Amino acid sequence: MAGTLAEKVWDAHVVRRAEGEPDLLYIDLHLLHEVTSPQAFDGLRLAGRRVRRPDLTLATEDHNVPTTPGPITDPVSKVQVETLRRNCEEFGVRLYPMGDADQGIVHVVGPQLGLTQPGMTVVCGDSHTSTHGAFGALAFGIGTSEVEHVLATQTLPLKPFRTLAVNVRGALPDGVTAKDVVLAVIAKIGTGGGQGYVIEYRGEAIEALSMEARMTVCNMSIEAGARAGMIAPDQTTFDYLKGRPHAPTGADWDAAVAEWTALRSDDDAVFDAEVDLDATELTPFVTWGTNPGQGLPLSESVPDPESFADESDRLAAANALAYMGLEAGTPLRDIKVDTVFVGSCTNGRIEDLRAAAAVVKGHQVADGVRMLVVPGSAKVRLQAEAEGLDTVFTEAGAEWRLPGCSMCLGMNPDTLAPGERSASTSNRNFEGRQGKGGRTHLVSPLVAAATAIRGTLSSPSDLDAPPPGELASATTGATATAGATATTGEA
Amino acid sequence: MDAFTTHTGVGVPLRRSNVDTDQIIPAEYLKRVTRTGFEDGLFAAWRKDESFVLNSPVYANGSVLVAGPDFGTGSSREHAVWALMNWGFRVVISSRFADIFRGNSGKQGLLTAIVSQDDVELIWKYLENNPGAEITVDLVSRTVHAGEIVAPFEIDDYTRWRLLEGLDDIGLTLRHEDEVSKFEASRPTHKPVTTLA
Repeated sequence: MAGTLAEKVWDAHVVRRAEGEPDLLYIDLHLLHEVTSPQAFDGLRLAGRRVRRPDLTLATEDHNVPTTPGPITDPVSKVQVETLRRNCEEFGVRLYPMGDADQGIVHVVGPQLGLTQPGMTVVCGDSHTSTHGAFGALAFGIGTSEVEHVLATQTLPLKPFRTLAVNVRGALPDGVTAKDVVLAVIAKIGTGGGQGYVIEYRGEAIEALSMEARMTVCNMSIEAGARAGMIAPDQTTFDYLKGRPHAPTGADWDAAVAEWTALRSDDDAVFDAEVDLDATELTPFVTWGTNPGQGLPLSESVPDPESFADESDRLAAANALAYMGLEAGTPLRDIKVDTVFVGSCTNGRIEDLRAAAAVVKGHQVADGVRMLVVPGSAKVRLQAEAEGLDTVFTEAGAEWRLPGCSMCLGMNPDTLAPGERSASTSNRNFEGRQGKGGRTHLVSPLVAAATAIRGTLSSPSDLDAPPPGELASATTGATATAGATATTGEA
Repeated sequence: MDAFTTHTGVGVPLRRSNVDTDQIIPAEYLKRVTRTGFEDGLFAAWRKDESFVLNSPVYANGSVLVAGPDFGTGSSREHAVWALMNWGFRVVISSRFADIFRGNSGKQGLLTAIVSQDDVELIWKYLENNPGAEITVDLVSRTVHAGEIVAPFEIDDYTRWRLLEGLDDIGLTLRHEDEVSKFEASRPTHKPVTTLA
């Protein structure tokens, strides 16, 4: 029978299938960090259980780590990190601690080590585990009870997900990035539109993306409510993996590539739902509200809550505008920000930093704006420094930091003050996400960089020396209307 | 995990959609390494507003939360479930739950009852007209009883069975350990390990 990519990966991992029970699924790679693991290890200890496969388990410190030199000063954060270290030592799990050359955000570290490979099942106690789906892996976030379950059994009992194809047709215009694609997808289907689904991103625009850009797209699948996002592996995937520390070698590599090449949805496979998006109409996208589905093209204005057909959307928009301190009708380009954050598991990889640096180069960060650039991992930081990107950022007046989750969720000292407004390359604009009372606009690295220079939400085409892609803004009229109605639509 | 059959307690109307996990418990409260004490962070930002429903003494013993659609979206943090349970909640009613939140709740014994939005509206009105009223959630018959209202709710059969029996997932899986070992022996050799040779 014809199958989708997700179904093929699922079926290859079923340990046990029985009537009336969820499937028992084998897990190929289990990633851990300090926030969602302590209670799981505690559970093992209480029950006298061991970690079944420490060799399929890897831990890193990311959520709490400071991005300025020196030890963790918050005593509670410190306990959490020390607890992870103790647990990894006791249960024999490999850990990349702060200061290690392989430390970083868990979803940046896995791919960069070559541990994330096509056709695998990957889990982590973190919803952005969907990032790893960019390799054609079935990767999803789990709760702490499930972390304990995987530690003890290397399996998870799960009911099959439904499948949703998101077809992004045509080629992306210059200056439009993976982040704009995924923000547009979420605005179209809503934060609940992907619930119960694995999304498979398909189409010319997706195939043309680099591995890192694909990771950005899959990363935010959860913001549409989906458990996972996947992209079929292809030559781009194989080229990225070849030679990485944990990638197969020799005969194993050939066997792996042969297997990976077959990992695609069959031509006659049927998805439970499909959504189409025209890539050629996309323009830089930003959020105006307090959930990632509340987004619009940058050329638009803050919407009037009364314009939403659905009552709960209307109320949500009114609450969002009150929290965000915005008035309906204000052009998004007129919104002034205090802080620009470039980083996170969504946009903290080397290509993201290169893109932001290329925009910033030769400019100065606007007066009254602070710009934080936080690499996603120690390796990304070293690479960026080898390319001189750190100098580009610091000469422009930005702060160049140490790797970690940082201001994406402000568990470390990097937070917004109450009322402060950010343009952020992260993934969530929830109330208080980046600090109590903080106001977040989600943007791409290009928009973040241009915004830092102008002080208001901007794209690179707004700068004095416009790069190619300037004309893209001329087409926003049609897209804007589509975007505005889509925000209220359903899957 | 304690078995769950039926629960009667004070219903709390929360007229909000998209109640994300950062609202249920902000990140700054996630630093504990235990499973208890998270009630201090429950709806921390909203509780600063005096008019927030949980600040009313009428709802001090609330144990059934009745919320708008898309409850529990966002992060995978199980702390959201712990915070609700540490506060005293045993049931959350909504027309739609985020997948990870619902899964986490099932593991901990917090019942997530999927009730149609029309019925949620009726229950909200009932609770607002009768502040502090108790409602009953019966897992055996899958119904919510609020005054004269009898609203059916959905929950998948497997989770219901586990909750009714109070069964621990890991124990259930370990009954099939031989099948796990057999599967493991058949895995391709090119799959990576985290230890470098």
